[in-house]
Amino acid sequence: MSALGGLLRKEIFHILRDRRTLVVIVALPILLVVLFGYAIRTDVDNVRLAIVDPLPDPSTLALRARFEGAQVFRTTAVVPRADMLAPLFERGDAQGAIVFDPQFGERLGRGEPAGVLIVADATEPNTGSIVQAYAAAVVQTYEREQIATGRQVRIVPTIRMRFNPTRQSSNLFVPGLMAFVLTIISSLMTAISLTREKETGTLEALLVSPLRPWQIIVGKVAPYLAVGFVAVIGVIVEARLVFKVPLRGSLTLLLFEGLLFILVSLSLGILISARTSSQRVAMMGALIGTMLPTMLLSGFIFPIESMPLPLRAISVVVPARWFVLVARSIMLKGVGIAYLWPATLVLAAMAAVLLAASTHAFHERLEG
Amino acid sequence: MRRILFLARAEALHVVRDRATLAQALVVPVVQLLVLSNAATFQIRNTPTYVVDFDRSSASRGLVQRFAASGHFRVDQESASLDLANDALLRGDATMVLTIPARFESDLVRTGAAPIQLAVNAEKGSAAGIVQAYASTIVYAYAAELQAKRGRAGFSRAAIDVRTRNWYNPSLDYRHYMVPGILVALVTMIGTLLTAQNIAREKELGTLEQLNVTPITRGQFIAAKLLPFWVLGLVDLTIGLLVARFVFGVPMRGSVLLLLGSAALYLVTALAIGLWISTLVETQQQAMFVTFFILNVYLLMSGLFTPIDSMAPWVQTVSLLNPVRHFVTISRAVLIKGAGPSEVARPLLTLVVFGVVTLTMAIRQYSKRTV
Amino acid sequence: MSAAQTAAPAIEAHELTRRFAGFTAVDRVSFEIRSGEVFGFLGANGAGKTTAIRMLTGLLAPTGGRATVAGHDVLREAERVKRDIGYMSQRFSLYEDLTVRENIRLYGGIYDLSDREIADRTTRMLARLGLEQAADQFVRAIPLGWRQKLAFSVALLHEPRVVFLDEPTSGVDPITRRQFWELIYDAAARGTTILVTTHYMDEAEYCDRVSIMVAGRIAAIGTPAELKAQFHAASIDDVFVRLARPSA
Repeated sequence: MSALGGLLRKEIFHILRDRRTLVVIVALPILLVVLFGYAIRTDVDNVRLAIVDPLPDPSTLALRARFEGAQVFRTTAVVPRADMLAPLFERGDAQGAIVFDPQFGERLGRGEPAGVLIVADATEPNTGSIVQAYAAAVVQTYEREQIATGRQVRIVPTIRMRFNPTRQSSNLFVPGLMAFVLTIISSLMTAISLTREKETGTLEALLVSPLRPWQIIVGKVAPYLAVGFVAVIGVIVEARLVFKVPLRGSLTLLLFEGLLFILVSLSLGILISARTSSQRVAMMGALIGTMLPTMLLSGFIFPIESMPLPLRAISVVVPARWFVLVARSIMLKGVGIAYLWPATLVLAAMAAVLLAASTHAFHERLEG
Repeated sequence: MRRILFLARAEALHVVRDRATLAQALVVPVVQLLVLSNAATFQIRNTPTYVVDFDRSSASRGLVQRFAASGHFRVDQESASLDLANDALLRGDATMVLTIPARFESDLVRTGAAPIQLAVNAEKGSAAGIVQAYASTIVYAYAAELQAKRGRAGFSRAAIDVRTRNWYNPSLDYRHYMVPGILVALVTMIGTLLTAQNIAREKELGTLEQLNVTPITRGQFIAAKLLPFWVLGLVDLTIGLLVARFVFGVPMRGSVLLLLGSAALYLVTALAIGLWISTLVETQQQAMFVTFFILNVYLLMSGLFTPIDSMAPWVQTVSLLNPVRHFVTISRAVLIKGAGPSEVARPLLTLVVFGVVTLTMAIRQYSKRTV
Repeated sequence: MSAAQTAAPAIEAHELTRRFAGFTAVDRVSFEIRSGEVFGFLGANGAGKTTAIRMLTGLLAPTGGRATVAGHDVLREAERVKRDIGYMSQRFSLYEDLTVRENIRLYGGIYDLSDREIADRTTRMLARLGLEQAADQFVRAIPLGWRQKLAFSVALLHEPRVVFLDEPTSGVDPITRRQFWELIYDAAARGTTILVTTHYMDEAEYCDRVSIMVAGRIAAIGTPAELKAQFHAASIDDVFVRLARPSA
C-alpha cells in the first residue's frame, strides 16, 4: 500500500504545485456558471412590439396605452401601414405587432365588433406562442374592463406554479448547468493529467512499477476527485447565492451525487488515457466531437420528453442526464433517495463499468 | 501569390487524402445535424394532465373535453382525489393538474363567473409559461363559446375581435428555428476546430518547421493553410443546406447566395480563431480541448439554442462580441424570415470588422521564428 | 564569382548564444566555415547542435552574439537567408502522403522556380537517383534510404549556397550512408557549403573539418587529422570520449 500512498502523494503534490492550473480548475466552473446561468434562459420578457395604427383615435390610443403600460412589452415602432412591418421583423426590431383595423374606433363607437390582429414572430415557436398569449390577455383584459357592459361568461383560472413559483427558467437550467460545467471540469482535469504524463513520460514508468493497475487508477483518480468535489461545492454555492435556486432536498445527498457524477466523468478520462497514443487521439476526437450533442441529450437545455424515441434511448447512456435529473429533483422538488435510487444506481454502475474497462486496458498494455 | 497556390494545392491534397480529417469534415457534421435537429426542441405537446373534476356537469365535461382535444394536453388520469393528483405531480407523471370545483356549472349559470385551479409543474421554467399560455387560450375560447351559446340578453355586442397570426413558422416547428443555427455551429466547428487541429498536428510532427525554413512569408503560408478549410466550410454548409431543405423541410425564403456570402465572410473569423488557437498549443490534443472549450462557450452564448432576448441584459451586450451570434442572426433572418441584404446589414458589417480584426491578430500572433 | 566573394565565409558565428529559462543551450560559440566546405558538427545528444542549427537557419532567435549565413545576418535578415539555404531536419523531410513528384513541385514552387525549371530539375534529379519509376508513388512507400537521398536532393533543388543537414543518415544502412556521402561530395564539388550534424563518429572522417560541441560550447575544432594529433587519439571517437570526460 505504500507504493499507492507514494503515487497519491506525488499526484497531489503535482496538482498543488501547479498553482495556475489549480486556480483555473476552481475558478472556471464559477465563471462558467455565472456566464451561462445568465445566458441560457428561455424567459420571455421585454418583448419588442410594433403597432400598426392606420387611424389613431381615442379608442386605439387607449388600447395602445395598455400595451405601453404592460411591463412585458416595449413599443419600438408605430407605423401607419401593415406592409411596413416586414422589414421590422426581418431586422429583429419587432418580435410582435398589434395591427388595428382601419375602422377600429368607428366600429366600437357604433357598438359593432372591431378587429385587431396580433402578429407574433414565431421563428422561435414558444416565444411566438407566449407573445400571442400575452398580447391576447392585454386585449381581453381591456375588453372586459372597458367595453363589455353586460354580464359575460367568465371562467377565471387560478394558476399555481409548483416547484418553481417565480417560474424563472434559471431554476430549470442552473441545476442542469451544474452537470455541464462539472463535465467540462472533468475533461479538463483529464487533459491536464494526460499532458503532465506526456511531459514526464510517467505512464510507462507506472506500468512497469510494482503498482497493480487498480492502484494506478486509484492513484490517478483520487486526487482529481478531491479537486472535482471542490468544484461541486463551488457550483452549488453559486446556484444558491447568485441565482437563488432553492434547495428543498438534502444537501448531503446532492453533494454525494455530485461526487458520484465526477467519478463517472473522471473514469471516462482514465479510460481514454489508458489507451495508447494513437488510439487516444481517436478517442479524444470522438469525445470532443460528441460532447456537445451528448450535453444536449442530457436534458440540460432541451427537455428529453420532447425528443424522438431514438434520442431518448441514447440519452439513457449519457451520464449527465442522470445527474441533471437528480440535481433538479433534489433542488426543486425536494425528493430523497427513495425516489432517486434508480438514477443513483445507474451512475454507480457507469462508474464501475468504466473503471473496470480502464483496469482491463491497463492489464492489456502490460501484457501487450 | 504563386507560392500560395503551390502550397494550397499541397494542403488540399493532404486534406483530401487524410481519411480521418475528411470524415470529421463531411460525415460528422451531417450526423450531428441529424441528431441535434431532432434533439433541439422546446416543443410542448401532449402535456400529461391530471383532472380532478368535483362538479361532473356538462359544463365541466365540456371544459375537460376541450383540453383533451386541443393537441397540447393529454388527459391521462382522472380521479376525485387531490392527494393522488399531487402525488402524480410530484412523481412527474403529470405536468398539470386541472381542478374543477363542485359548483362550477351552477356558478356559471347564476353569476356568469366560475373559478378553476391549474397547478403546473414549473420545474421547467418557461415551459410552464407555454403551458399556461395554451391553457389560458383554451379557457378563454371555451368561455366565449358558452357565451355565444347562452346569448345572454343585455350584453353589449361591442367587443374586440381578436385574430392572431404566426409569422414565419405557422406550424411552430422547432426545427425551423434550430436548423439554421445548427448549420452555423457545424460551419464553425469545421472552420475553427479543423484549422487548429491541422496546424497543431504539423507542429507536433515537425512539418511546420520545414516550411518555416523556406522563404515563404507568414501571410502566404496562412493564406495557403486557410484556403482549403475555407472551401471545406462552404462545401459543408451547402451539404447542410441540402439536408435542411430536403430532410427537414426548412424553408429557404431568402437568398441562399446571400447566406453563402455571409458564410464566406464569417468563415474568415472562424478560421482566424482556429489559427490563433494553434499558436497557443503544442499538440493536437491540446488543440482539440482548447477549441472545444472556446467553441462551446461561443455556441451557448450565441442565441443558437436559447434566444438572445432571454439573456440577462449584460450578457446580451457581451454577446455582441460573439461572431457566432451575428451569423446565427443572419442565418435565421435570411432563411426563415426571407431577409435581404439591407435587413442583415448590421450583423454583416459586424462580421466584416470581426474578420479583419481576428485575422490581423492571428497573423501577428503567428511567428516563423521562436523568440 | 570573384575571388573576394569566394573568400568570404559561407557561415560565420561570433559568440553565438542561446539561453532558455534556467539553462544555456549554446554558449558563446564562434566559428567560420568556408564556401564549399563540408563541415561536420559533432556532439552528444543535448550538446546544443540542433539549437545552433536552428539559430543559423532563422528558426530560433539568438539571445546573444551574432551569425551570418551566405553573407546575411541570421537575426536581422532571416528571410533573406532562407532564400540561400537548404535544410533537412532530423524529424521530417518530405510529406509522406504526397507523391515524389508532388513534393518536388511544392518545394520548387515555394522557392520560386519556374514551371520549366521545376520540370527540368525533376527529371535530372530522378535520373540521378534512379527513382524515375517511383515518381508518382507516395513517399511513404519508398524505402528509408531512398527517402533520405531524395530529401537531400530536394533540399538542393533551388541550388542554395548553404545546406544544413541534421542527422541525415540516422537509421540508414552503411551502404546507403556511403551513397549519401557521395551525394554530399558532389554538391560540395559544385560549390555548395554543407554543414552536417551527426553522432556517427566515423562520418567525421568524411568531413573537411569538424567541431565537437560539449555542453553548449565548442570544445574542439579543426580537420580530423589535426584533432587526432591534438588529442593523441586514433579516431575521432576517441577524441570525443576524451572531451566528454575530461577527468578520464
